[in-house]
Amino acid sequence: MDTWSFVALSGLLSLIVRWTVSLSSYSGAGKPPMFGDYEAQRHWQEVTFNLPIHKWYFNSTDNNLLYWGLDYPPLTAYHSLLCAYVAHLVNPDWVALKSSHGYESQAHKLFMRATVLAADLIVYIPAVFMYAFYFCEGSSKKKASFALSVLLFPGLILIDHGHFQYNCVSLGFALWGIFFIALQWDILGSVAFCFALNYKQMELYHSLPFFCYLLGKCLRKGLKGKGLILLIKIAVSVIMSFALCWLPFLLDTQQSLQVLRRLFPVDRGLFEDKVANTWCSLSVLIKMKTLLLPQTQVQLSFAATLLAALPSCTKLIFQPTISGFRLSLVNCSFAFFLFSFQVHEKSILLAALPVCLLIPEVPFMATWCLLVSTFSMLPLLLKDGLLLPYIVTSLAFLLVSITLLAVSGLTSVDDLKLTPLAHFIRKCAAWVKVESLAKSLFMLSVVSMAVLSVMSATLNPPSNLPDLFPVAVSLFSYLHFLAFFIYFSAVHLLESPNKEDQKKVS
Amino acid sequence: MAASTLVSWTWFSTLAIGVSLLKCLLIPTYRSTDFEVHRNWLAITQNLPVSQWYYEATSEWTLDYPPLFAWFEFFLSQFAKYFDKNMLEIKNLNYASEATVLFQRCSVIVSDILFIYAVRECCKCENGKKRSWDLLDRPVFILAVLLLWNFGLLIVDHIHFQYNGFLFGFLLLSVARVFQGRNMEGALLFSILLNLKHIYLYVAPAYGIYLLRSYCFTQHSPDNSIKWRSFHFLRFAGLGITVCFVFAISFGPFIAMGQLSQVLSRLFPFKRGLCHAYWAPNFWALYNVLDKALTILGLKLNLLQHEKISKASMTGGLVQEFHHTILPSVSPAVTLICTIAAITPAVFCLWKKPQGPIGFLRCLILCALASFMFGWHVHEKAILLAILPLSLLSVKSHTDAGLFIILSTTGHFSLFPLLFTAPELPLKILLMLLFTIFSVTSLQRLFRKDGKLLNTLEATYLTGLIPLEVFCEIIFPLTPLKAAFPFLPLLLTSVYCALGVTYSFIKLYVSMINYTEDGKHEKRH
Repeated sequence: MDTWSFVALSGLLSLIVRWTVSLSSYSGAGKPPMFGDYEAQRHWQEVTFNLPIHKWYFNSTDNNLLYWGLDYPPLTAYHSLLCAYVAHLVNPDWVALKSSHGYESQAHKLFMRATVLAADLIVYIPAVFMYAFYFCEGSSKKKASFALSVLLFPGLILIDHGHFQYNCVSLGFALWGIFFIALQWDILGSVAFCFALNYKQMELYHSLPFFCYLLGKCLRKGLKGKGLILLIKIAVSVIMSFALCWLPFLLDTQQSLQVLRRLFPVDRGLFEDKVANTWCSLSVLIKMKTLLLPQTQVQLSFAATLLAALPSCTKLIFQPTISGFRLSLVNCSFAFFLFSFQVHEKSILLAALPVCLLIPEVPFMATWCLLVSTFSMLPLLLKDGLLLPYIVTSLAFLLVSITLLAVSGLTSVDDLKLTPLAHFIRKCAAWVKVESLAKSLFMLSVVSMAVLSVMSATLNPPSNLPDLFPVAVSLFSYLHFLAFFIYFSAVHLLESPNKEDQKKVS
Repeated sequence: MAASTLVSWTWFSTLAIGVSLLKCLLIPTYRSTDFEVHRNWLAITQNLPVSQWYYEATSEWTLDYPPLFAWFEFFLSQFAKYFDKNMLEIKNLNYASEATVLFQRCSVIVSDILFIYAVRECCKCENGKKRSWDLLDRPVFILAVLLLWNFGLLIVDHIHFQYNGFLFGFLLLSVARVFQGRNMEGALLFSILLNLKHIYLYVAPAYGIYLLRSYCFTQHSPDNSIKWRSFHFLRFAGLGITVCFVFAISFGPFIAMGQLSQVLSRLFPFKRGLCHAYWAPNFWALYNVLDKALTILGLKLNLLQHEKISKASMTGGLVQEFHHTILPSVSPAVTLICTIAAITPAVFCLWKKPQGPIGFLRCLILCALASFMFGWHVHEKAILLAILPLSLLSVKSHTDAGLFIILSTTGHFSLFPLLFTAPELPLKILLMLLFTIFSVTSLQRLFRKDGKLLNTLEATYLTGLIPLEVFCEIIFPLTPLKAAFPFLPLLLTSVYCALGVTYSFIKLYVSMINYTEDGKHEKRH
């Protein structure tokens, strides 16, 4: 078949899955007084539509910040305003000040779902196709299977079209950034990434690799000649795009400071709910949240995050290659997810995006990691009533990865990109058969995820351990994430510096 | 190559599992009253003795399928109690708890396993003369997608709610058995099918004539005419016994209880109108519109008097009885005669110049289409009866591939009014695009050596469906026309699609007659 029909078919298929998932329930459906993320997004439309721009981030009688106050950067607010205009056109009740709190109806749900689908269709899906067709090697069939498997990653679909958020916008901008940078269009790449950062501050997870890669590139070109010019160009474009996003808030320092305060709420604690990161997992043994002062918690997590991200970033500065950049994105976002302050379970999506991009290179580990990352959000999805879409999309992803990507046959040392370790393994641990070991671990992991999912969905936990299943899920996922973090770090650090140059020559 | 296609069927299971997962995602979508119909039948068969099945009338949705389907519902009801006992209360009208929805939706998905198996058997018959290294270009792969991912089945069974997949499983399996030369099994499966849903009576002539001509007569004369002496009585008797046996099991108990007339009156309710609530895109849709056009013309030219025209003549679809003002009104008998007249030439061809299983399949499709064109109270869903078997032909020849695209696209489009709720609007458009883009591109590629599948006129006609859809679903509801002519979109859809269906009907007939006159007609391309 022709390339365009591959694109059309995989695009249509992913849209169909997204829309059918969106027919299910959303976060906080019919749960007053606070509802959930759906109401948060609707409330932001209401606030941005009815209040002048300088009141958006301030507490007032019309804008109770304790009720889903705006705590995302300006681009989110502008997007809300845009949606609010459409909403007002269709039905003014949807965005009426105050009286619309907790508004829910079939038509409104349809509208909200459509806004997410539109955002996805405009920002994220084209980015995936562009990336696939430029940077996935092989036939157009292969490119399309890669694009399809990225688009069918269940985590993002379930959170955006089920739970209700607009991660596809921030992740989509980040992906555009990665795409441009891989094309060597550094300035456009940094601008796209600035948009991502100004849509959702969580994109900071990706900022270190962007910074280190571009810095490394400038250094390589020589800080006295071309490198300096590039550095200045990038710096100017970053400052310009930030200024553009923040324009209405820059005139008054009070405004800017208030926005920043809203974006980084230090007082919200080390972690929320049950999340599969180090602090939450440690708290099973030590109650960190109560033992340490909040200030110490911040410092500790900051130090740990930097330390975890350091190796990958250092390597990237000195060897700024595209494959290193991708791996570093994975490593840094894992470092942030595992060690930083105030992590949500949904933040795993930030690590999942660069992992998606590694599907062509290490399909086995990448799909495994993506499956676990979807699983790690199970407690949240159960709360939202998304069990059926969770099961179906996860199975579909497993099906796609087994048949289209043939992951189960790609478990040799070379396929796992651990060639430098092959000698070591042969010498010190000759009894280890990497291929079958990897396969059996994968099977074990998938089966335990299935069992844990069924148990969480059907069984009642014992009364003295009400959080038994969520804790089990997060611990299980944490161990996986830690292993994936170590694995991807190893791949990055072991990568030979000449690989890309060799490719170019050949 | 042929061996490798047969050995590695993983691609087939991928397709089957993939579509089953999609079906699971469709569980929370809109469901029509057919959902309640089947829930009611579950309750009836579970709670009442067999003698009461065809008398029970608490719900308006009385049991109007043949006895074997009632037994199928009885079988399902054995599992229903483990999901939600309340759905099995006859008086619990319109009961649709979460467990009930889950159970009924899953029963459709699970019973589709038969359909998947039948598709696999059909694919095995596809010997694949066109060899290609790329799996996606092989006829057998294309056929599997066309059948498994059929748009019509997806929306009618898994959104609208019916058990067509299961029933088509029987039909396709019996066709596959005929292709494999296992005629007796084919006959058995088809008689079971007839006793599951009697709409398949329409294609019975193709079965009857084919089995009689090509199975009971074992030899042909050199000029392909019949050799009366080669009549194989044992085969004939075998067929007769098989069919009678199935009917005896199905209707026997009711005959014994003296309820036959009651059962039959439920199965054939002739009191319904000529056209179903939504007009099926057939000959009568064109006939009705012609009548309306003539009426308007007559009024304009003052040839008719306003008072004489009954007000109810053109309320679109809701009125069950349709009074024609100028053209003669149509009675069930007329439609029956028209149908028989339309089927006869095809059946005659099958008898006179048998072409083997391919000729049989062609005749079966013609019977289905003819009855769709001229039948009484035809549902738009009945077009699937022609589209699905035509998929089998579409991967065999260039002409049939073009025909398939026209018929499937118009036929599927005419199913759009079935799903009128807003959340399903994007879904039906996306699914339709998925199926249509796949069928056009893959069939075009399969027959790329034979030139374009569609000529300019056909392509323009099919592209015209896009503005039609935009008008009907997006522009029309925003205009004041909506209050004045609420049924205009339905009318436009069915008339526009009727043109395409009629065109493919005629073209298919021509191709059958050509085929018979000149057996090598296809290869000349």
